[in-house]
Amino acid sequence: MDLDALAGCLSSSACLVTQTTSGLIIGMLLFLVAVGLTLIFGVLKVVNFSHGAFYMFGAYFAMTAYQLTGSFALAMLAGAAGTAILGLIFERVFMSRVYGADVLMQLLVCYAFVLIFDDVVRLIWGPEFKSMGMPSAFQVMPLFIAGGVVPPYYLLLIGVALVAAVVLGIGLSRSRIGKVIRAAAQNPGMVSALGINTGLIYGGVFALGGMLAGLAGALAAPVRSLTPGMGFSVLIESFIVTVIGGMGSILGALIGALLLGLIRSFGSLGFPLFTEGLMYLFMVIVLVSKPTGLFGKEAA
Amino acid sequence: MTELEAGHAQGLAPVRGGSVLQRYRDVLIALIAFAVLASLPLLTGSKALLDFVIRCSAYGLFATSLNLLVGYTGLTSFGHGMFFGLGAYSFGLIMQKLGVPIPVAFVATLAITALIAAVIGAICVRLKEIYFAFVTLAFQMLIHSTILSWASFTGGDQGLRGGIPRPVFLGIDLANHVHLYIASCALLILGLLAMRQIAQSPFGYTLRMIRDNAARASFLGIDVWRAKLTVFVLAALFAAMGGMVMALFVSGAYPEFAYWTISGEGIFINMLGGVSTFLGPMVGTVLLLLLNDTVTRFTEYHGIVLGVVILFFALGLRKGLLDFVAEWFSQRRDAGEGR
Repeated sequence: MDLDALAGCLSSSACLVTQTTSGLIIGMLLFLVAVGLTLIFGVLKVVNFSHGAFYMFGAYFAMTAYQLTGSFALAMLAGAAGTAILGLIFERVFMSRVYGADVLMQLLVCYAFVLIFDDVVRLIWGPEFKSMGMPSAFQVMPLFIAGGVVPPYYLLLIGVALVAAVVLGIGLSRSRIGKVIRAAAQNPGMVSALGINTGLIYGGVFALGGMLAGLAGALAAPVRSLTPGMGFSVLIESFIVTVIGGMGSILGALIGALLLGLIRSFGSLGFPLFTEGLMYLFMVIVLVSKPTGLFGKEAA
Repeated sequence: MTELEAGHAQGLAPVRGGSVLQRYRDVLIALIAFAVLASLPLLTGSKALLDFVIRCSAYGLFATSLNLLVGYTGLTSFGHGMFFGLGAYSFGLIMQKLGVPIPVAFVATLAITALIAAVIGAICVRLKEIYFAFVTLAFQMLIHSTILSWASFTGGDQGLRGGIPRPVFLGIDLANHVHLYIASCALLILGLLAMRQIAQSPFGYTLRMIRDNAARASFLGIDVWRAKLTVFVLAALFAAMGGMVMALFVSGAYPEFAYWTISGEGIFINMLGGVSTFLGPMVGTVLLLLLNDTVTRFTEYHGIVLGVVILFFALGLRKGLLDFVAEWFSQRRDAGEGR
C-alpha cells in the first residue's frame, strides 16, 4: 500500500491529468470489448467466454496488415472486418448448435475455442511477444494539458470508442435494424413468425460483437504488446465491466468500463500490488448491493 | 441434463427402504476400491503411476465436491477453486509457521475453510444462476489477489516455498512416497464415501428438489437459503481436502491453486465425466489428467487437441462420458424389458 503516492497524485494537476487519461484509454478499450459481450448476451442469451480471443485476433490482424501495407487505416479495417467475419463463422458453425442447451455446454464450447484460438495464434504468429509500433502519423509531440502529458493517439482512441458508443446507442434505439434486434432479444419466436430470419440476426449480432472486440484489439495494438493469451485478462476485465454495468445494458458497459479504467489507473498508484484486487472488491460490492448490476434490469 | 431427465439409471423410490442396504453396498465398494489402490505399490514400482493417482485424488476430491453444487443443487460456481487454494495455503502456512502435528493442521484447515466458506456463501447463495457464478468468481479472484499482494505472509507470486514439514504421526511418514500415496488414496476414498452419503441422504434429495424447483421446495417448508449455504460449506470442505493433498504432493502452495482457471478446470472435468452420475467427476478427472499428460508429450499445441476433444463432448455427446454410458445402459435395459 502506498497511500502517500495516491494523495500526492491527487493534489497535483499534472499527475491527475496523466492518470485520468490513462484510466480513460483503459476504460474505452474495455468498453469496446465489453459492449460486444453485453450485446451478445442481451440478444443471444449466450455468455461468450471466447470474446477475449476476438480482441486478440483484432490486434494480430491489425499488426499484420500494418506490416504489409504500412497504412494505419487499413490496419484498423483489417482488425475490425477480420474479426467480424470470424465471429459470423464461429456463431453459425458452432455456437448456433448449442442454443437452448445447458449454459455449461455453451461455456464449454467457448472454453474449447479459447484453447484452440490461442494455439492457432501461436502457430501462425509464434509464441513470443510482438509489437506493432506506433504509426508514424502519431509520432508527434504529445499535448500538455494542465502540465499532464497526453499522447495524441490516446485522444484518437478515446474518440473512436466514444463514436462507437454513440452510433451503437442511437442505432439500437432508433434504426429499424436496431428495433428488430431488440425485438429478437425480447421474443425470438415472434420475430421469426413475422418472417424475419432470426439466424441472420443472431449471426449479425455476434459478428458485430466480434467486430467491436477486434476494433479494440486493433486500437490497442500500437500501445500494448501482442502475445497469445492476451485476450484472457481483457476477457475477465470486460466480464467485470458487463456484470458491474448490468448484463445487456450498453450504458452500463460504458459507465462500468470507465469506472474500472479509473480504478485501475489510480489504484496502481495507491495499491500497486492489489490493483486487480480492487476491481474484484468493487465487483463484489456492486453485486452484493445490486445483484443485476448498476443498470441491469431485474430478472423476471 | 438433470438427474431426473437423465433416465432411470437411479430411480427415486428407494430412499428409505433401500438406503441402509445401499449404504452397506457403498462402504463395500469403497473398501474394495481402497484395497485395489493400496495394493498398487506392491504390484508396480512405477513412481509416475503413483504420482498420477495422487494428483487424481487431489483433483478428484475437488471436482466431485464441485458437483455437489453444480450437479446436485444447480449452483454453478465459477469460484470453487478458491477453497482448493485456501486448503493448500492454510495447511501449508499452519505447518510452516506453527509446526503442529499434521492431523491438527488438517482439522484446523477444515475449520478455517468452513468459516470463510460460511461468510462468502452467505453472501453468494442469495444470488441466482449467472449472478451466483460471477460473484463466486469475484470472490475467488479477490482471494487470489490477496495471496499475490500479501507477499510477506504468503510468498506472493513465488508461492509458498521452502517445503512443507511432514513430521511423522501414528507411524505415518508423509515424506515417504508410498506413505503419501496411501494417505492420499485413503483421503480420496473417505471423501468420496462421505460425499456419496450426503448425496443419498434426505438432505441430498432436498438439494435435488431445490435444483429442479426451488419455489416448490420453499412452499414445502424448506429453508432454501440455509440448505444452499450448508452444501456450499460442505463442498468447500472437500475442495480444501483436495487442496491439502495437492500441497502435500508438491510440498508447497502456489497462487495458481487459487486462480480462476482451477475452477474452470473443475467445471470442465465435471462436463467431461458427467454431472448426473456420482462418479462422473472422478471419470472426468482421470480423463483430463490422462489427456494433459499424453497430449503434452506429443505436441506443444495441446490446446488445439484438448479443444477438439471438448468440442466432441459438447457438440457430439452433449453430455459427460459416464452420463452417456449410464443413459445408454438404461435405454438398453428398458428396450430389453419391452418398454
